[in-house]
This record gives sequence, structure tokens and C-alpha cells, in this order.
Amino acid sequence: MDLVVSDLAVARGGIPVLEGVAFALRAGKVLVLRGPNGCGKTTLLRTLAGLQPPLAGRISAPPEAMAYAAHADGLKPTLTVAENLAFWAAVYGRHDIAPAMAAMNLADLAERPAQNLSAGQKRRLGLARLLVTGRPLWVLDEPTVSLDTASVALFVAAVRAHLMAGGAALVATHIDLGLAEAAVLDLTGFRARPQSAAGAGGFDEAFA
Amino acid sequence: MIALFLRDLRLAIRAGGGFGLGLGFFLILAVLVPLGVGPEPQVLALIAPGILWVGALLACLLSLDRILALDWEDGSLDLLATAPIPLEGVVAAKAAAHWVTTGLPLTLAAPLLGVLLNLPAGAYGWLTLSLALGTPALSVIGTFGAALTVGLRRGGLLLSLLVLPLYVPTLIYGAELVKRGAADLSTATPLALLAGITLGAVALLPFASAAAIRINLR
Repeated sequence: MDLVVSDLAVARGGIPVLEGVAFALRAGKVLVLRGPNGCGKTTLLRTLAGLQPPLAGRISAPPEAMAYAAHADGLKPTLTVAENLAFWAAVYGRHDIAPAMAAMNLADLAERPAQNLSAGQKRRLGLARLLVTGRPLWVLDEPTVSLDTASVALFVAAVRAHLMAGGAALVATHIDLGLAEAAVLDLTGFRARPQSAAGAGGFDEAFA
Repeated sequence: MIALFLRDLRLAIRAGGGFGLGLGFFLILAVLVPLGVGPEPQVLALIAPGILWVGALLACLLSLDRILALDWEDGSLDLLATAPIPLEGVVAAKAAAHWVTTGLPLTLAAPLLGVLLNLPAGAYGWLTLSLALGTPALSVIGTFGAALTVGLRRGGLLLSLLVLPLYVPTLIYGAELVKRGAADLSTATPLALLAGITLGAVALLPFASAAAIRINLR
């Protein structure tokens, strides 16, 4: 259940943005990624989630353990809240969505089409999706965008419950979540050196 | 996969889902052609198989850019790619849902529209058979084209240009099957080739589509 990353280098659009990234995330722990805009937080998370290959380095994680939540929530506007959530639960082979609806305070909105939700309500539905995946390792990209303080508290409570149950979370965020136990990794120190941009990418990438 | 298939069907029939778009286009085409060509029964009977097949093909083409582009825009495709379903299964389920909402209604409506075009009496069975056999290939090939262009803004034109040449064999053998059926000739060769194209496309293209999506998501 441990995520161990060693000497990882990632690229965005063929240009290396981070290199030498190394950390370990154990069960029951949460690691917060920090860094200025454009430093490569999203690229790192997408690489960890398997959406793009790393330039170099090793990612060691148990198979089928990760639940990834991106900037976009993957909601269908014409489906109701309950239908959206039930779909994602079914994709992960699960059926009980009631606890996730309750944890994210969505029970009153169950029959409302997702197109009529506010931005914060959509985000809460996107985070409820994590709860129905049943995956132990959460990889979250700016999970608290457009949430009010009460909803951030709901989210933090959900993360705590997840950690208590033996899960782990990797969170890229700019705000202070109030998770005192969280370890912090600042990505500024892992920026790729500019000279390594030359020669990488280009035409050959198409055949990599 | 079944959940994804059912979700796509549900999305298609909800407001703005695009169900009926292809069917409406097909209907308009079949109504307008006799008005444009003129009412001579012989001329209409001669061109009916080709018109019906071209109409079905273009109707299919209309809805292709919806297959993956919407899922890409709202982030579902990223999340599906990290879900436990293999991406090949995702593509196959989406192609199947596209066929049920586009190819199947076209197949069922075609005999009715054949009447408008004075399709010869012996050809109705062959028309339904050829569309039932050929339209799955249109959906699977179209999904492959959508996978190649996913992530491109306004990729619709490129999608049409990529997909149309791949549709040509299905069109030729499908229309030929109906023509031969109408003229009471042997239909074994176009039937076998049409079925072969469909089976080959259904078996191989989901893998190609999944590979194309993986590259486009990087």
C-alpha cells in the first residue's frame, strides 16, 4: 500500500519540468505537494496516475490502488447527482453510494441534474466520487477549488476518515487544509534545469 | 463496461444528447432526393441503394465527434483512463452505444424510406441486412477517428477527412449488396466482404483507438 517514488523526472509538452523527485507515502499518511503555478504539480500527479509516462525514474505503487481526481470532475450535465455517482461507483464495481452522498452533504441534491449545481456543489460531487471508488490511495489535484469553508471541513473530515481506514492521500493544493499531520513537499527544489530542455521531445517523441 | 454503455445510452436520449440527429438527417435526405432528381420511378429505383447507403453513412458521420469529445472536455476520459476498465473496453462500449443510438435506428428506418425512393421490392430484405451488417463497422471506425482527434479543438473537419476514406469499402460493398439483391444476382461476394470488413474492424480497431487515446491524453 506504499507509494514510493525515486528520481522521477516528468515533462509537459516535451519540456522537462521536474527532475529528481523522490518521496515515499505510507498507509495512513497524507502528503501535501506545494509549489508555484506551472511548477509541474499537475504533470507529476498525471504521471503518477499513469496518464503519461515519466521521463526517468521509478514509481512503485500497488496495482489498482489509485483514485485520481483532476481539475475537471467528469460529471455529465444531464444526469442527476445520484446517477453520476452511481455510474462511477459501477465503474469501480461498487453499488452503495449513500455513505458518500452523506459524507459530502449531497443527499438533498440527489435528484438534481448536475447542470443545475453550483461550482462548489459540483466539486463536492467530484470528491464524493473518490469515496465510492474504494481505492486506498487518493491522488488529488487542487481538491478544494471553489469550496466554501464548511465544505473544506467536510473534505478534510473525509480525508481523515480515509486515513483512519488505512488509506493514504497525495494532495496538491495552495491553501492550508488544517491537516496538522500532513507532511509537506515543496516542488520548487526539484525544478528541471533549463539546459536539459534541449534535445528532449521534438520529432522523436512521436516514436517513443 | 455495461455501466458505461448504459450511461451513454441514457445521455443520448436525454435533452441535447443527439439521439435522432442522424435519423432526422437520413429522413430529410430520403425526402429531398426524389424532389431533386425528379419522379421517374426507373431513375429512382436505380439510384435508391446508393442514396440510402450514402445517407446512412453521412448520418453516422454527423454524430461521431460527440463520441469522445464531450468526455474529454468534462474530464471523464481522464478518469475513465485511470479506472479499472481497460481503455479498449471503454472504446468498445462507447462504439456499441453509438451503434445502438445511430446505426440501429437507421437500419430499422431504411426500409420505410426505401418506399420513398421506389426501391425494388426484392431489395428490402437485402437493404436491412446490409445496413445491419455494415453500420457496426461505421460506428467502430468512427470511434477510431474520434480517438485520433480527441483533444483537438474543432477537430470535426479533420475527423471527417480521416474517417471518410475508411468508410469507402463499407459503402461500396453495402450498396453493391443491395443493388445485386434488387437485380436478383448472386450476393455472396459483397455479403462476405461486408461482413469481413465489419468483423475485422470490430476485432482490431478498439485496440488502435485505445492506443490513440493514450497518446492524446499525455
